[in-house]
Amino acid sequence: MPQRISRDEVAHVARLAKLRLTDDELDTFTEQLAAILDHAQDIEALAIDDVEPTAHPFPLRNVFRPDLVGPTLDREEVLLQAPAVEDGRFRVPPILGEEP
Amino acid sequence: MSDLGLATSTVAPSFVITSERTGRVWELVIGLEVHCELATATKLFCACPNRFGDEPNTNVCPVCLGLPGSLPVLNERAVELAMRIGRALHCKVRPSVFARKNYFYPDMPKDYQISQYDQPTNVDGYLELPSGARVGIVRAHIEEDTGKNTHAGQGGRIHGADYSLVDYNRAGVPLVEIVSAPDLHSPDDAKAYVSELRAILVAIGASDAKMEEGSLRVDANVSVRPAGSDELGTRCEIKNLNSIRSLGRAIEYEARRQVEVIESGERVRQETRHWDEEAGRTRSGRSKEEAEDYRYFQEPDLVPLEPSAGWISAIDENLPLLPAERRARLAERAGVEPTHSSVAIAVERGLDALAIGAIDAGGDASRVLTHVEHNLAVGGAEDLDPALLAELVTMELEGKLTATQAKTVLAAMVDSGRHPAEIARERGFEAMDTGELEALVDEIIGANPTEWDDFVNGDEKRRGKLSGFFTGQIMKATKGKADGKAVNAILNKRRAQALGQ
Repeated sequence: MPQRISRDEVAHVARLAKLRLTDDELDTFTEQLAAILDHAQDIEALAIDDVEPTAHPFPLRNVFRPDLVGPTLDREEVLLQAPAVEDGRFRVPPILGEEP
Repeated sequence: MSDLGLATSTVAPSFVITSERTGRVWELVIGLEVHCELATATKLFCACPNRFGDEPNTNVCPVCLGLPGSLPVLNERAVELAMRIGRALHCKVRPSVFARKNYFYPDMPKDYQISQYDQPTNVDGYLELPSGARVGIVRAHIEEDTGKNTHAGQGGRIHGADYSLVDYNRAGVPLVEIVSAPDLHSPDDAKAYVSELRAILVAIGASDAKMEEGSLRVDANVSVRPAGSDELGTRCEIKNLNSIRSLGRAIEYEARRQVEVIESGERVRQETRHWDEEAGRTRSGRSKEEAEDYRYFQEPDLVPLEPSAGWISAIDENLPLLPAERRARLAERAGVEPTHSSVAIAVERGLDALAIGAIDAGGDASRVLTHVEHNLAVGGAEDLDPALLAELVTMELEGKLTATQAKTVLAAMVDSGRHPAEIARERGFEAMDTGELEALVDEIIGANPTEWDDFVNGDEKRRGKLSGFFTGQIMKATKGKADGKAVNAILNKRRAQALGQ
């Protein structure tokens, strides 16, 4: 049976999640993730052609709130939670040419 | 929504780059992604105010700060406005679900942005440019805006910044991202598309669409290909375009850069590039492939959005006339083509209703359009009484006012709302009668024999110059009361006589 997920793919996912994994950990997680994907394969094997795709477990649609302004948090209290603050703003490490 | 029978066509590539080195001819393929902030009172998923320019981090709550245990609830007004955008762009509104776009970046404290992915609200529309050409709209989906980073050190640029400061007032503000098909082929087309889109967004009240405040943001996907080819080249996405002018400049720069890269035997790398307005160039950002691995999945904290047919038709009924329809309406009344430049300008300035009113009140259509195009680029012009504009135009046509005098009277009408005849009388604007004017022209001719000889016998260029000289002399003698057209006619008549024709 072909491998469900390659070691390289696991390394890629780890990189996206900003995780630094050792070689041993990569091996372990490749095995574990493959097992999870195997389980997904079991579900794929079920005959579900006549089942509608489900976006949400509750049979709800169109849940809205009205466009009315509510209370906001106190800025001092919010900024107290931050490791570093400057000029009323959160101070974060430099961003290395990586912008969404 | 009626289409008023406007012409259908796709934009034809008319702009090409000819390589100086090889003589090869290249054409551009451009697709635009426009983000517009919706004009709601609150954010997309929480009740924080959606307001530009407030003190940093004052419009925040547990939801938009991504605090544990908080849950998003969708703003109904934002959905309404998003659907208005979709319908104004002739899109289908369809059932949709929200998705999480995962990435690590400090502008989103949740570490994901809630967006729509494979099931957006609006799909398959088009936008019609003032030229009549149609640009496809692939989708217009709802998403939340991110916080604002300020890069400290190194002149505020991302590259080489020492650290960044984050303000979350903008995090969670409702956005619609409008994605065009790659139907645009020149910097001017791209600029016309954004101008038209902005006019539509403002007309339907969906956004204030100010590029300078960031409530309208444009990213351009640009690629080049040999002229006549159907293939798509590798594209680059240009960001940081702060005005329509920089959009045009950036596209042209980027296209020339890509031609240069390809012709030097290298390949264009698919990437994001930032426009540097001062340097007038684009700079490489991150490589696109890896960054696009956003691991989208359906947002479990929100239920599907399924606007009813009734809601959609109510939106259609409440849409105002759109710029394209207003151009068609004015063109029809004025008896000109909808692509006539003065028609587009009238609609852009919101003066089409005034022009139509003046034409309906008996004003000459071509004079009315001329005034709207050249003499009414001022605030308050839209409050002008159309009947009075019609009267001004009629006075002009009857020879009671010269074009220059009419312009002066019009300016006074905008300022005071008063009657043109009254203003003309006050200023002593009474056109000279023809006999009087002819006598004066003869006098000036007699006083300048050398110039006159030159005018009679000179080539066309010389004649044009001297006609300006004589008109100037006559205007000076009459303090601007003479009608320039009438003066020209007399000068040409006298010249024909002098040549014995």
